Amino acid sequence: MRLCRVLLACAALACAQAADAAPSATKGKEVYQRAGCYECHNYQGQGGVGPRLAPKPLPFEALKSYVRNANGNMPPYVPAVLSEKDLADIYAYLQAIPPGPSPESIPAIKNLKK
Amino acid sequence: MRRPSPSQQLAETGISPQLAPSNAPACGADFMVDVMKSLKLKYMFANTASAFRGMQESIVNYANNKDPEFITCLHEEAATAMAHGYAKAANEPVMVGCHGTVGLQHATMAIYNAWCDRAPVILVGGNTLDAPSRVYGNQWNHSAQDPAALVRDFTKWDDQPVSLQHFAESMVRAYRIAMTPPMEPVLIIADAQLQEMELRDRSGLHIPKLSPIAPPQGDSGAVLEAATLLANAEHPVIIVDRAARTPTGMARVVAFAEALNAPVVDVGGRMNFPNQHHLYQGGGRNLIDNADVIIGLEVQNLYGTITIDSDNVQHSERRRLKPGAKLISMGVADLYIRSNYQDFERYTPVDVAVTGDCETTLPALTEAIKSKIPAGRRETIAARADTLRRAHAQNFERTRTAIAEGWDAVPISTQRVAAELYEIIKNEDWAMVSAGYGGNRTLWNFDKHYQYIGMRGGGGVGYGMSAAVGAAMAHKPHGRFCVNFQPDGDMMFSPGAIWTAAHHHVPLLTIMHNNRAYHTEVMHIQKMCNRWNRGIDRAGIGCAIADPNIDYAMMARSMGMHGEGPINDPKNVLPALKRAVATVKRGEPALVDIVSQPR
Repeated sequence: MRLCRVLLACAALACAQAADAAPSATKGKEVYQRAGCYECHNYQGQGGVGPRLAPKPLPFEALKSYVRNANGNMPPYVPAVLSEKDLADIYAYLQAIPPGPSPESIPAIKNLKK
Repeated sequence: MRRPSPSQQLAETGISPQLAPSNAPACGADFMVDVMKSLKLKYMFANTASAFRGMQESIVNYANNKDPEFITCLHEEAATAMAHGYAKAANEPVMVGCHGTVGLQHATMAIYNAWCDRAPVILVGGNTLDAPSRVYGNQWNHSAQDPAALVRDFTKWDDQPVSLQHFAESMVRAYRIAMTPPMEPVLIIADAQLQEMELRDRSGLHIPKLSPIAPPQGDSGAVLEAATLLANAEHPVIIVDRAARTPTGMARVVAFAEALNAPVVDVGGRMNFPNQHHLYQGGGRNLIDNADVIIGLEVQNLYGTITIDSDNVQHSERRRLKPGAKLISMGVADLYIRSNYQDFERYTPVDVAVTGDCETTLPALTEAIKSKIPAGRRETIAARADTLRRAHAQNFERTRTAIAEGWDAVPISTQRVAAELYEIIKNEDWAMVSAGYGGNRTLWNFDKHYQYIGMRGGGGVGYGMSAAVGAAMAHKPHGRFCVNFQPDGDMMFSPGAIWTAAHHHVPLLTIMHNNRAYHTEVMHIQKMCNRWNRGIDRAGIGCAIADPNIDYAMMARSMGMHGEGPINDPKNVLPALKRAVATVKRGEPALVDIVSQPR
């Protein structure tokens, strides 16, 4: 019985750790805002002063490389400031952002045609 | 003999004595107003001040408050920014009245903005130089030996006339100096004793004629040298900043660019070039990388335009120009320059410096180019147009379709607001009296010179609403629909401009860019946090304008302006804009407060 309780506890711990390890779009949204990414890329990653990040973000490794080594007007974010987990969560958030409506379905955009 | 009462006068003459102007100047200030009339100065933007009570009374009574009209402002910074905006929209100066001490102190940042933006403003300061004649307490606090010393580093000329004739000559001179490129603010001190002295005999006074103003033209040798380089260039690029002051100027920039079929990169200091013209490439600085000859037309920061620099952990910079590329500058910056304030930007070595006013010099340069183009190159130059036409169309389409992303976002996307507003006003005779917003400088059709007036100049915050009011007053006689995209932080420096717009019935639509922070500063603090690897989530402390949130619509209504908002749901934007547009078309100002994305 005692062995069963120990095994169950270990299994629960493994599940919790696995859940913690999986990138989370919900957590990513929170980190995205806390780290100030929205300042340049806007809240839905649609771009502003900085380029568009979503929908259809760059491959993760490319995005991560830029975040860690940015040398333009964007400052680099080192792991001490933005952990690997944070970055993965942000990426999950960006991936989860759906595309906007079709431009042709919006009269104000459709009528902007030259 | 007892004077008839006002009602008796009205009954006998049919003219209310309060409204009947004098037939002849009664005081020094009346003569000063005659000088202002000779210069066709339409307005004095001012916060009322005892230091110029004589002048104000004369404007109100002797001039019947017309030409000039006294515009009531609630801060001298607002008054100066209004005059700054007016001057850019109308291409003529107006006056700003202020105390020579405390009022001028209030106005200084706005004067600096106008200085950096090369805008003509005529400041008239009140002062009491003669010590024994300072009667009441504050008159000592409001007097100085040399009031203009405060602003001499960022005004082009100043004087403190000691007689009425001196005043006349100095005002006319000040106008001429302000309006000769490089245009800048000027300051005349109107002594209180001169204003208030009784004028019994003006036979010794005259107002000198304003001589025609001829902007300086660039040296013919330099023009030919520049023309030769440009005519033989494979990849010429034109950079414009404050190139065009008038519709004629814009047409000359277009003719110049078309002679070369060269792309035009716009830094945005003025309305330089129609943005739907195929040669217009917006802020496309990547074009500079491949250019063999570049010409900057009145570009204030030419060094920054041809350099990629990063404000990062290690500040670095890289020159964009490819080896062997030639750089030409054209402008008046070197004709007049002051040392203390560093608005002259970093020194840029150029291959040819054409020192002259762009508008005035461009026709000669364009003709020289046409004559210098070898016959065998004409087809090559003509063929450039197709490439640029395709690039322009691709950029437009890319920008147009991109604004659908985030269309339903909360906070509301600036691109949605700009697109929905344009859908309502695109067939009006509209003018934007602020910086661009939501990509509209790519997507709206800017083809008239008055549709854009540039930006703050010196980067001083608190310019926006006031400059928009001033510019809208310049557009009012033409019946133009004016739009101001107003940052929230900027508004709070000088919100009294809302009241002035309502009081003077200035038709102006203000869209609040209510993003609840000084976001540029947040990014600066973020960079510091990243540099020291700490507290990245605390970068908003000291920069956020929230908790509590400011209700700009309520603020507008409190000052008599139509105000709607705050709008948080993107679906409510269009109906609110329609109501506000209807108000403005009836001749009144309106404000719509939209809680929006940072950019």
